[in-house]
Amino acid sequence: MSRRVLLAVAAVVLAVVPFYADTSLLQMGLFVCAATIGAIGLNLLSGVAGQLSLGHAFFLAVGAYGYVALAGTDDRIGLGLPTWLAAVLAPALAGLAGLAFSPISSRLRGLYLGVATLALVYIGQHVLYSATDLTGGYDGRPTPRLSLFGLKFGDDSGITVFNVPLGQYELLWYLGVVLAALAWWFARGVVAGRPGRGLQAVRDGEVPAAVMGVAVRRAKTSAFVLSSVYAGVAGVLYALIVGRVVPDSFGLTMSIDYLAMAVLGGMGVVGGSVVGAAIVTGLPLLLGRYVDALPLLAEPGSGGVDPSSFARYLYGALVIVLMIFEPDGLAAVARRVRALLPAPPAVRTHPSTTPHPRGGRP
Amino acid sequence: MTKLIELLVNGVSLGMLYALISVGFVVVFRSTDVINFAQGSTLLGGGYVIARLSPHTGFWLAALAGVAATAAFAMLVDRLLIRPLRQRGARHDVAAIVTIGLDIVLLTDLTRRIGSDMLHLGDPWGNAVVNIGPVTVAQTRVAAMATALVLIGLFGLAFQRTGWGVAMRATAEDTEAAMLSGVRHNRVTLSAWAIAGALAAVASVFLTASPSPGMDAATGQTALKAFPAAVVGGLDSMTGALVGGVIMGLAESLASGYQGQLTFLGQGFGSVMPWVVMLLVLLVKPSGLFGTKAAARV
Repeated sequence: MSRRVLLAVAAVVLAVVPFYADTSLLQMGLFVCAATIGAIGLNLLSGVAGQLSLGHAFFLAVGAYGYVALAGTDDRIGLGLPTWLAAVLAPALAGLAGLAFSPISSRLRGLYLGVATLALVYIGQHVLYSATDLTGGYDGRPTPRLSLFGLKFGDDSGITVFNVPLGQYELLWYLGVVLAALAWWFARGVVAGRPGRGLQAVRDGEVPAAVMGVAVRRAKTSAFVLSSVYAGVAGVLYALIVGRVVPDSFGLTMSIDYLAMAVLGGMGVVGGSVVGAAIVTGLPLLLGRYVDALPLLAEPGSGGVDPSSFARYLYGALVIVLMIFEPDGLAAVARRVRALLPAPPAVRTHPSTTPHPRGGRP
Repeated sequence: MTKLIELLVNGVSLGMLYALISVGFVVVFRSTDVINFAQGSTLLGGGYVIARLSPHTGFWLAALAGVAATAAFAMLVDRLLIRPLRQRGARHDVAAIVTIGLDIVLLTDLTRRIGSDMLHLGDPWGNAVVNIGPVTVAQTRVAAMATALVLIGLFGLAFQRTGWGVAMRATAEDTEAAMLSGVRHNRVTLSAWAIAGALAAVASVFLTASPSPGMDAATGQTALKAFPAAVVGGLDSMTGALVGGVIMGLAESLASGYQGQLTFLGQGFGSVMPWVVMLLVLLVKPSGLFGTKAAARV
């Protein structure tokens, strides 16, 4: 019961955010939403199924550029599809890309796969720079504005609630939050159900998994495809937020950042990815916003430690420290802290309503 | 024809550099089962030390300092970050992720320090070229080839003939059995990391020397092309690292050289060529050309 109350409170808080937050805060929140979706996808692949991937940026790029090209009406190659259809098809395209990689990905293990996926990032970025007719090359392509059931996700939406006009970012915020929540919910279902058990068995040992009747190659392929679809959704959302997709964004740094998100939150813990995404994506933006008020940080380019470098030092170090002392990430740290605290009264008075019948991994 | 020969020579020279770096991957992987994703930024760090010192101390002293610095750094990494994981019996990809975290920190710091500068390591060869008949090759390329050959040769000799080499090979074969026979595992891994670090600094000198324009923050990514070399060779094979490196160097050099005929592949296709070759090889042989096949029958 208390869990439902908590969820309802969270939903209300998230729903009223656009009425109080300014555009840059909303944008920050949106980036975190997109990153959350992508990080959950990578977590399903690398955390739950144990397949280390450094190619996540490639699949984000497929999603982002897929949307732009499918919906594009500018002078580049574009199908001019309705934007909502493009937004649905682009993640499917990313999933197909993941499937196309499966002859390699399903046969390689662990670290070999990590290196092989690096190739996707470099080859992908090369294509983004070179196929100018499709991608716009170095300068990228503008993202067509999304419109859903006649609702335009732009500042001209014409919707005003309580005297607050709901513009582009306000509307995108709702979309982002809903998508992130769906992504979380679906991933939890996957992890808790039969497919998730299969993937965990593959992670813990391919031979024992096969003995127990898991079709190892198929499980690895489906994990890869599912994670690519998640990346595709994140890519579409990312493209909508930034307004123009450029190849520079989809480099190795992005892949590594996503891995850091999955690792920080806790490999295999879906909820952890939200925290990971908030730290890796949100922290640099937040520090950048308050750079004037922070004593140790300098403006970018002034020679001192700029906010985004500072954030990278911080989460890089956090990755190292966590891996050495608590490889299950912040989720495990939270569990430890919770074990130290006295149990909350709701649980103490109704021991029969303990929220985790599945045991472990909240 | 002349062009082809020049491209082949340049390719082999570049390939030897990749081999040098991937020997670093292989020696660490064989002794500790860790893939060091921070190798690229270690290389950048070595190059940075050399570039900053060489105006004051001259090139040779600076190079020595750079090599010492990266070797010491790599040993610290093994001692402080990797050994605790080993003692706990953590999975190998946990250690790989630690090196990724290290790469984030190191690369952020070096990128911030280098900024948009182009650093020069002050090597003594400059723009000089060697003419053999009609073929013209940059002196740095010849020096790179010679250095790499000597280092890899020495390394191979030490591997086969010295007590240290025996300990190293025993560790790679079966770590536990080697420890039971009196091999000091921690020393073996320390030496492996030191070699990998030192080789990275050596490679940084030649990767950034003419005809390449110098060292910028992206040089570390160039160094990552030793990954395909190591993987194609099979990650746990020294011969494989050498052959893989040369294959990658040749592929890159030829694709760049004949770019005019390959315009449909896009500008600068040569530099992604190693990654393409790696994927093609992995399609056919998932454990590389020389790698130990992981046999499992169910």
